[in-house]
Amino acid sequence: MDFSYDDEQQALREAVRGLLSRSYADFENRRRAVAEDPGFDEKTWSRLAEMGVLGLPFAEEDGGMGAGPVEVGIVAQEVGRVLAPEPFLTSVVLAGGVVAGAGRSQQRAEVLGAVSSGDCLLALAHAEPGARWTPSATSVTATAASGGWTLSGVKEPVPHGARADLLVVSAALPERAGTGLFLVPPDAAGLSRTGYATHDGGRAARVDLDDVPATPLGAPGEDATAVLAFALDAARVAAANEAVGAMQVALQTTSGYLESRRQFGVPLKTFQALTFRAADMYVSLELATSLTAWATMVLAAGSPLEIAEAAARAGLQVARAGRHIGQEAIQLHGGIGMTAEYSIGSYTSHLTALEHLLGDAHLHLGRLAGAVADHDEVDPLQ
Amino acid sequence: MQLQLSAEDAAFRDEMRTFFTTEVPTDVREAVAERRELTQDQLVRSQRTLNAAGLAVPHWPAEWGGRDWSALRRHIWHEEMQRACVPPPLAFNASMVGPVIATFGSQEQKERFLPATANLDIWWSQGFSEPDAGSDLASLRTTAVRDPSTGSGRAADFVVTGQKTWTTLGQYGDWIFCLVRTDPTVKKQAGISFLLIDMTSPGVTVRPIELIDGGHEVNEVWFEDVRVPADNLVGEENRGWDYAKFLLGNERVGVAPVGATKRVLAQAKQWAGSVSVGDGRSLLDDPLTAARVAELENELLALELTALRVVANSADGKPHPASSVLKLKGTELQQAVSELVVDLAGPASLASGAGDGSALPEWARRATPAYLNLRKASIYGGSNEIQRQIIAKTILGL
Repeated sequence: MDFSYDDEQQALREAVRGLLSRSYADFENRRRAVAEDPGFDEKTWSRLAEMGVLGLPFAEEDGGMGAGPVEVGIVAQEVGRVLAPEPFLTSVVLAGGVVAGAGRSQQRAEVLGAVSSGDCLLALAHAEPGARWTPSATSVTATAASGGWTLSGVKEPVPHGARADLLVVSAALPERAGTGLFLVPPDAAGLSRTGYATHDGGRAARVDLDDVPATPLGAPGEDATAVLAFALDAARVAAANEAVGAMQVALQTTSGYLESRRQFGVPLKTFQALTFRAADMYVSLELATSLTAWATMVLAAGSPLEIAEAAARAGLQVARAGRHIGQEAIQLHGGIGMTAEYSIGSYTSHLTALEHLLGDAHLHLGRLAGAVADHDEVDPLQ
Repeated sequence: MQLQLSAEDAAFRDEMRTFFTTEVPTDVREAVAERRELTQDQLVRSQRTLNAAGLAVPHWPAEWGGRDWSALRRHIWHEEMQRACVPPPLAFNASMVGPVIATFGSQEQKERFLPATANLDIWWSQGFSEPDAGSDLASLRTTAVRDPSTGSGRAADFVVTGQKTWTTLGQYGDWIFCLVRTDPTVKKQAGISFLLIDMTSPGVTVRPIELIDGGHEVNEVWFEDVRVPADNLVGEENRGWDYAKFLLGNERVGVAPVGATKRVLAQAKQWAGSVSVGDGRSLLDDPLTAARVAELENELLALELTALRVVANSADGKPHPASSVLKLKGTELQQAVSELVVDLAGPASLASGAGDGSALPEWARRATPAYLNLRKASIYGGSNEIQRQIIAKTILGL
């Protein structure tokens, strides 16, 4: 049992931190990057590709680096620390994870090779209006015709759906055969995409599909619900890591402000009403960090069932901590915390987005509560 | 990063589990499981069983019964003990005065006290808090004055006068380790010494304090011109505050009873399953109860993992900064679980005064006294407000 990073992992962390701080150590740079489409810095994205970060989770024969969840978690934490707007989580971890799980070997090599090199920004078009965080598709339907498969319906919100070079679309298969996965290029006939900014500076899109020709990802007509569920759980663990990075800096920024800001002729840290709240934020952060590290290790070594449980556990703890730390960070700053120019409010906004991207505390607690009678106690080392 | 225990540590865990569940007297483990107050005899028998197997004071120096275990193994030892309903060795002996004597005491003090302390042949009480010295412990006023008629300089006996309070289980105490003021002329922390006092000495009076759970757990201890031999001073005169800080640092590690809280929560699920809410359903089927239990389980898991992070990363001897979280969150969760049990018991929780003739189950009758008793947990060992102060100052730099 060991919670520490080895030398290579430390080196990865330092390299990614160095790269991202060149781009975003100055918060003004992030503001500029998210102000205009595509909502991130293409140069930073290319540099991440050159460093091998975009191929980190994929097998070497698929063109990736063959690294594991711990390395993905390290990158996600660094992304969270500076709120880097590049779509590492949604494009590489989530959409890439779906292709890695469902694709035939040739598809994996083509798509994931291009993702790794930075040539292809991949997006997962899965969420549907009226549905929340399920691993299946309902309103977008797939039809098998003589000329191949076509898809119809609406997907929204699709992270980075407007900028994406390739869409992975989930759709209900004919005759209630489950959920299929399809690849759709951006110039496909009948496809229209409407992009917009999200509250945290991210990008999402409405994707309309009207008899759009699509290539099955993996075996045609095969139910991919389990693949989606697993990819969502893996992405939840990465999102927890990203949130931990963001919470670290949110607390650090808040502590710094309590030290430097003076009112009534003294620094704010003179007031115990404020420092005690900062101490409680630290408690929330440490507990969330521990559970996230554990879930990351379970993802590296556990069964799909164990991983689903661990993802829910980390998701719940991080959702609670994200609300607590995000809300208190603004309150302890006072008015400046409300401004877009100062960084802290963007941390709160992004933590809120992360929670609702893949599942909130309610979802995770519901899942855990439903299974509460199945075990006597929770043993993290089994 | 690596999730599993090494094969050696896993075997160690099995060995501890087997010992605790098969060698410790059944009546003791049953009393813990039912959350009863333990008798003096039960605590003594349990600790002697552990000590005979070398499991009472593993964290002491090896020559006095310590085991040179890794921090992880000490953690496993402590968790498995709680899991098996074995009461931990008396904290005043094993975690407090023992390490102080082993670290700062004279060779003669070590030989005289340590073996008897490990075996609970001497029952130690703690004489720190006073009526006007709670969280502000250094303002204590019990004095120890040298009596020059008994010798010159450092050979002279002390005469101790004052009052200590919140002396837990002091009614069983043979000896009491005290912080006393030996120099009233200097800064308050600089004039304190650490004295060992025989509680049968003339002038020592122990008076019970009744608590809100109806139990007699703590006491007032009065000292009226109590003569204490010079040899009973631990370490140097006026350095007692340093020894107290050393002791309290050890105390805080032991006051995050993750294993015991986990065990009670597991029991609480069984108890919830035994409470009918009609239609053949139990309280455990109630979604609100299930959500409350699931949330507590998750927080306890996060706390346990934080404890593991702390022990796994403290190999170089430096405490991990997250260790301060353990006392604060550990006691909050301990209290929250005890509160859950009262709510599960419902109207049966009123029957705290009913004896074994009651038609209500023992867990429900014990629920409220246990809940009320545990309100102490966020107060002792440095109140949780003191813990927040430590986090804000030493970790966040505020």
